Amino acid sequence: MKRRDFLKSAGAVAATAAVSAPSVIDTAKAQSRQETMLIVSESGPNNLDIHGVGTNVPGYEVSWNCYDRLISHEMKTGPSGQPYYDKDKFKPELAEDMNVGDMSATFKLKKNAKFQDGTPVTAKDVKWSLDRAVSVGGFPTFQMAAGSLTKREQFVVVDDHTFRVDFARKDRLTIPDLAVIVPCIINSGLVKKNATEKDPWGLEYTKQNTAGSGAYKVSSWVAGTEVILERNDAWVGGPLPKTKKIIWRMVPSAGNRRALLERGDADISYELPNKDFVELKSAGKLNIVSTPFSNGIQYLGMNVKNAPFNNPKVRQAVAYAVPYQKIVDAVLYGLGQPMYGKAPGAATQVAWPQPHQYNTDIEKAKKLLAEAGYPNGFETTLSFDLGFATINEPTAVLIQESLGQIGIKTTINKIPGSNFRTELNKKVLPLYLNVFSGWLDYPEYFYIWCYHGKNSIFNTMSYQSKEMDAFIDGAVTAAANGDKATYEKDVKGFVDLAFTDMPRVPLFQPYSNVAMQKNVSGYQYWFHRRLDYRALVKA
Amino acid sequence: MAIMLKRMTLIIPNLIGVIIVTFLLTRALPGDPAAYFAGPAATKESVEQIRKSLGLDKPLIVQFGSYVSELAHGNLGTSLTTGQPVLTEIKNRLPASAELTLFGLILSIVIAVPLGILAAVKQGSWIDHTCRIVATAGVSLPVFFTGLLLVYVFYYILGWSPAPLGRLDVFASAPTQITGFYLIDSLVTGNWSAFRSSLNQLLLPGLTLCIFSLAPIARMTRASMLTVLSSEFIRTARASGLDSRTVIITYAFRNAMLPVVTTLGMVFSFLLGANVLVEKVFAWPGIGSYAVEALISSDFAPVQGFVLTMAILYVALNLLIDLLYGVIDPRVRLEA
Repeated sequence: MKRRDFLKSAGAVAATAAVSAPSVIDTAKAQSRQETMLIVSESGPNNLDIHGVGTNVPGYEVSWNCYDRLISHEMKTGPSGQPYYDKDKFKPELAEDMNVGDMSATFKLKKNAKFQDGTPVTAKDVKWSLDRAVSVGGFPTFQMAAGSLTKREQFVVVDDHTFRVDFARKDRLTIPDLAVIVPCIINSGLVKKNATEKDPWGLEYTKQNTAGSGAYKVSSWVAGTEVILERNDAWVGGPLPKTKKIIWRMVPSAGNRRALLERGDADISYELPNKDFVELKSAGKLNIVSTPFSNGIQYLGMNVKNAPFNNPKVRQAVAYAVPYQKIVDAVLYGLGQPMYGKAPGAATQVAWPQPHQYNTDIEKAKKLLAEAGYPNGFETTLSFDLGFATINEPTAVLIQESLGQIGIKTTINKIPGSNFRTELNKKVLPLYLNVFSGWLDYPEYFYIWCYHGKNSIFNTMSYQSKEMDAFIDGAVTAAANGDKATYEKDVKGFVDLAFTDMPRVPLFQPYSNVAMQKNVSGYQYWFHRRLDYRALVKA
Repeated sequence: MAIMLKRMTLIIPNLIGVIIVTFLLTRALPGDPAAYFAGPAATKESVEQIRKSLGLDKPLIVQFGSYVSELAHGNLGTSLTTGQPVLTEIKNRLPASAELTLFGLILSIVIAVPLGILAAVKQGSWIDHTCRIVATAGVSLPVFFTGLLLVYVFYYILGWSPAPLGRLDVFASAPTQITGFYLIDSLVTGNWSAFRSSLNQLLLPGLTLCIFSLAPIARMTRASMLTVLSSEFIRTARASGLDSRTVIITYAFRNAMLPVVTTLGMVFSFLLGANVLVEKVFAWPGIGSYAVEALISSDFAPVQGFVLTMAILYVALNLLIDLLYGVIDPRVRLEA
């Protein structure tokens, strides 16, 4: 056959195929489209196992949906009517019954629970999984320790379907810590088979494969491109999810994610700039759900070890100079909870986050700065993480301008995402923007990490105060013993002190924003702020 | 054959240089991969733990030694951002980038070469001016802008184009892997729905690259045609009464091709570079977007792998072009 003839006939075949194919494909397509949820986001997982080394946040989402925990949270109604996890109410997931005693908790496992390869879930698997979480090091071990779960001896197999957790000490965070993502139950038999001497916990295997009993399993994963999850029809952890298949595509360009939503091609997206969310909301074609980060705050941190920020008056002056409302309006487009301007004389609440008593008041700021011995101000640098530049950059510029009015000249220091944490951990940046949010939504949890003198990595200011430590330790003990009066007194104590000493200025409580098609329902807000596919429904 | 062998031996020092330079450059990047991958909750100890497990605590020369010995075994290391071996990733992603680049380039040649020839033949006419305007406009629009503009018009407003979601429609399945080029694979296996889907997905990004690369090809074709057309053997050919079609295509264009081919090689290399942005815009799973991701998170292995692959590609391309010279113009072969 000559080349030209070949091209001609190929063209003809292509044309007939193009005409005849659609009718079949489109019905199949429509049907699968109905049972499939297409999610688009900026980045995808780098590891399917939260116990892995350096698993990123998208990886948590996979773990949450593919693995079960012993217990999970009930839902309640959130601030704008959306389903919101209830931090105080637990429901069994792999366990059918939880019995919390004085120094231990006993769990009865569901007898019909099976891993996705068909092997039954036993107490041995539970022990192996929790042992793994406290042993692999890094983030999972750290998170377990936050609930006083540190030693393998704390996890006891009573019989095949009964499992006990012994408490290291009285800590009210122990039970909530069993409902976070980390203590997921893994198919120990399957993973052990794929473990090697160098890798006794089989981290290499679970990096690429899901080995759980959860509602979904990953059927295909092309790193950086897409993740496809299929429903596990034998799931017993809860009511069978309505969505059969989840296609999660990585679309780096925010503009395209928005276009995909508006054209109706994508079902759900998060990680859009606030401006887009506001515009989409007012256009009314999509459902936009905005929820304040639970236990999270964006703040302006100051290094209190070195001059000039070692002077509380300087820090208060800064707190009076920050243009709070401008940041909420111009940077967040209103999608953020203001954290300033508590009415004078209003009582401090037993809650966190809560607004502080400062307002933007340049005169007062100037006066405080003069009292501190800096009538003409000083020069410093203001650093931020370039990875979150859409929020950080305009915020930094507004603060720079405002501080300029009281004589503090700031140079803006943009640090690339890969380097920001390194710089922050050195604890030498004089002035910087950062976010902290805790999975466990308790005021003392936030304060242990961010303000306590044991100087955790999140106490980025190197703040040290005996008085503060006493309040925090008091609240922790009081919570463990159920001493409500002392607890409330201590919480108010540490909040008041944090606002007087002001080592970091809370700017606002960020919102977690999700945009979805009108026919998609069942979005739930979780402490981890990722999607729970199990509740999603497409009409 | 002898020329080829001689050229091949010259490649080796080139590649050694590339290996050394990329290794040093990636180590000079700001940022600490250990701290980055230890996550926000990492303590100092866990950062150190990760640094150790990544081998980043050893002196540079030791790290280089182990890198080279791994390389000799065909192991490019593992990416921390995607968690996959670099070699597999590059193997999977290179065809995506190559298919897109070649598609854009062919599209560009099909438009630019005739345009250039016409502009040279009808110098000063409206075709010449069109050629100039198209070339100037194309080269002055940044690729990401053209890309976004095309998406906006053809997908968002008109709805003619499929969603910019990579190589295939979300619900189409990939053709059986043979070459990794979806167009070819789907043709070979007769998977028409995949062929249609991948062609549809290719059109906009291909067009973006095409617009960007029109200018050098069209301008170079025009310039080189002008030189040849004014030379004596063309005048002789015309005077001998050959029809102008034969004169232009057979005699003039063949002789004008040498600089055009050189330009094509150059254009192909910088299209591979421009690909980075186009891949971002169209969520294309190519090596460009892969390398950028890795660079942002100071993930050494993929960056090194990427640069090395590119270097090999460039060297191979140069070799190919040199060999093509000989085919087009036997005089070049003799001189070498």
